[in-house]
Amino acid sequence: METSEISTNRARSPERARRFSDRLASGDTAANLIVFLAAASIVFITSWIVFELYRNSAASRHEFGWSFLTGSSWDPVNEHYGALPFIYGTIVTSALALLMAIPFGVGAAIFLAELAPPRISNALTFLIELLAAVPSVIYGLLGIFVLVPMLKSAEPAIRATLGFLPFFKGPFYGVSLLAAGFVLAVMIVPFIISISREVLLAVPADQREAALALGATKWESTWDIVVPFAGKGIVGSIFLALARSLGETMAVTMVIGNTPQISMSLFAPGYSIAAVIANEFAEASSEMLRSTLIELGMVLFALTFLINGFARILIITTSKKGNAT
Amino acid sequence: MKRTALLVFLSALLTGIAFAEDLLINAAGASFPNPIYQKWFSEYQKKTGVRINYQSVGSGAGIGQITEGTVDFGASDGPMNAEQTKKFQDKRGFGVLHFPTVMGAVVVTYNLPGISQALNFTPAAISGIYLGKITKWNDPEIAKANPGVKIPANDIVVVHRSDGSGTTYVFTDYLSKVNPDWKSKVGSATSVTWPIGLGAAKNDGVAGLVKQTANSIGYVELIYATQNKMAYGNVKNKAGAFVTASSASVSAAAAASAKTMPEDFKVSIVDAEGKSSYPISTFTWLLIPEKIADKGKKTAIVNFIKWMLDKDAQALAESLDYASLPKPVVAKELKAIAKVQ
Repeated sequence: METSEISTNRARSPERARRFSDRLASGDTAANLIVFLAAASIVFITSWIVFELYRNSAASRHEFGWSFLTGSSWDPVNEHYGALPFIYGTIVTSALALLMAIPFGVGAAIFLAELAPPRISNALTFLIELLAAVPSVIYGLLGIFVLVPMLKSAEPAIRATLGFLPFFKGPFYGVSLLAAGFVLAVMIVPFIISISREVLLAVPADQREAALALGATKWESTWDIVVPFAGKGIVGSIFLALARSLGETMAVTMVIGNTPQISMSLFAPGYSIAAVIANEFAEASSEMLRSTLIELGMVLFALTFLINGFARILIITTSKKGNAT
Repeated sequence: MKRTALLVFLSALLTGIAFAEDLLINAAGASFPNPIYQKWFSEYQKKTGVRINYQSVGSGAGIGQITEGTVDFGASDGPMNAEQTKKFQDKRGFGVLHFPTVMGAVVVTYNLPGISQALNFTPAAISGIYLGKITKWNDPEIAKANPGVKIPANDIVVVHRSDGSGTTYVFTDYLSKVNPDWKSKVGSATSVTWPIGLGAAKNDGVAGLVKQTANSIGYVELIYATQNKMAYGNVKNKAGAFVTASSASVSAAAAASAKTMPEDFKVSIVDAEGKSSYPISTFTWLLIPEKIADKGKKTAIVNFIKWMLDKDAQALAESLDYASLPKPVVAKELKAIAKVQ
């Protein structure tokens, strides 16, 4: 009797345990399912956007085909459109912004993370996060009322020093690719600083201590050890900033001059994809113009996709070269 | 006594509620007449209890929404073209009627250091500047229209609208009318391929850029210019007189075109006849579907149009700097209302 009871007890308890674990597992499945759906919704939303852009741009795609990407006319009266000046303006202003923002942003991040006393670092970081939250229309207004007049007064100096370059030729009206690049640079610097600082702070203290123990100066340990260690994250912050500048609309349209042309000179006015969509969409009464603007949206989407893909590849290849992370 | 008063009060309240619930009329379209429309609709609601909700989304969007049938009526600064009318007909199965409400004008504004008086512009000067053929302020075409004014020999900086707009439509419609070269090369539309110049968004964008850029020229709506106390030039009309834009000179342009007003009111009044007509003037229209299925809405909309054409409502427009409709046009519109079924 006793033994049989024991055996049944024994038999029961693993069974009970299994049931409990089953129940847990089923809870796991539910939780898994919920977070999976959350993640899947991103894929779903992205593909839905692409699908809608593709569907609604049918008229324009049929009419212009691939030549849409290389055409440079913008003629709403005769309904003939090309995207090249807008692609050019978008890329040039964003590249210009990165050129100015990277040294500044990464430099500031290094100072805040490595060199500044914590008190100053925290206060400045708060200010930087505040800058990142300023609405872009405010940056546009500052651009048109402060930056553009400043650039105009700096024009003779720029011409005197850099005027021999093809980038600084032709008449200068203030509103220009250069002004748009400047405004974008100011807008994306907070992103680069804020994320790069976090990444630098996340570098383990052993790395610094090891470098210092080997006799490196503070700067040597920062520049040769900490910054390369955080390299991937810094590149990531730069590409996030780039994505933001590619899609920026209000601030850019206020200072870029809104002229669909391709000019080597940064003094010349230009146009960006986001700006032309914002400008024309409300009054796009013809089917073709509407569909063209939607196709431009798709082009911007593809551009961002390509650049992000490029960033991924860059990060993979740099980490293969033997970076710590 | 008390009880009847209470009953009357209650029934009034109930009908009030019924009105407010049943009669919400949605409309969307042109932004240029938005200030007067909002004023009119709020006055009309006080009078009748009919609420008209107007979204100032732009003429193009207004045409789009009335075609889709998402609003009860639309509004536009330019008449619907053949393609748009056909699309409306195909989609809705009946036509669309245009009713002029008020008139506006486009003025030429500029920033020329040292010049304080209003400059005179000939049609050839304006079209030449916007075609990029006249590049200096002291060009003979400008100088000969302004005897005694010492105009500097500076390069002209041309500013235009970058967003699609009714203002651009009127301005390019005018340029197409006075300059065949403009008509063949550029044409008229809410946005065009500009041969030259910088683009700025909305009236305030153009005004801001002109204010900031020495030697620049731009175009904005008359009401925007008067409300912001901007200087603007006189334009030579068809009769050869230089005319300042004002509600009177715009009304004159409309009156000159009233005799030849077509039955559908789709008429351009740029470059109008008459000595006192301002040449860059336009009507703005309500777009009313020919058939309105909802009886209540139909009556309300028809009554609103009648009320709007009345002299009190038109005087309200004058007080907001809009030019009021000439009498013959009002008479014609009152007749046309019968077409709404």
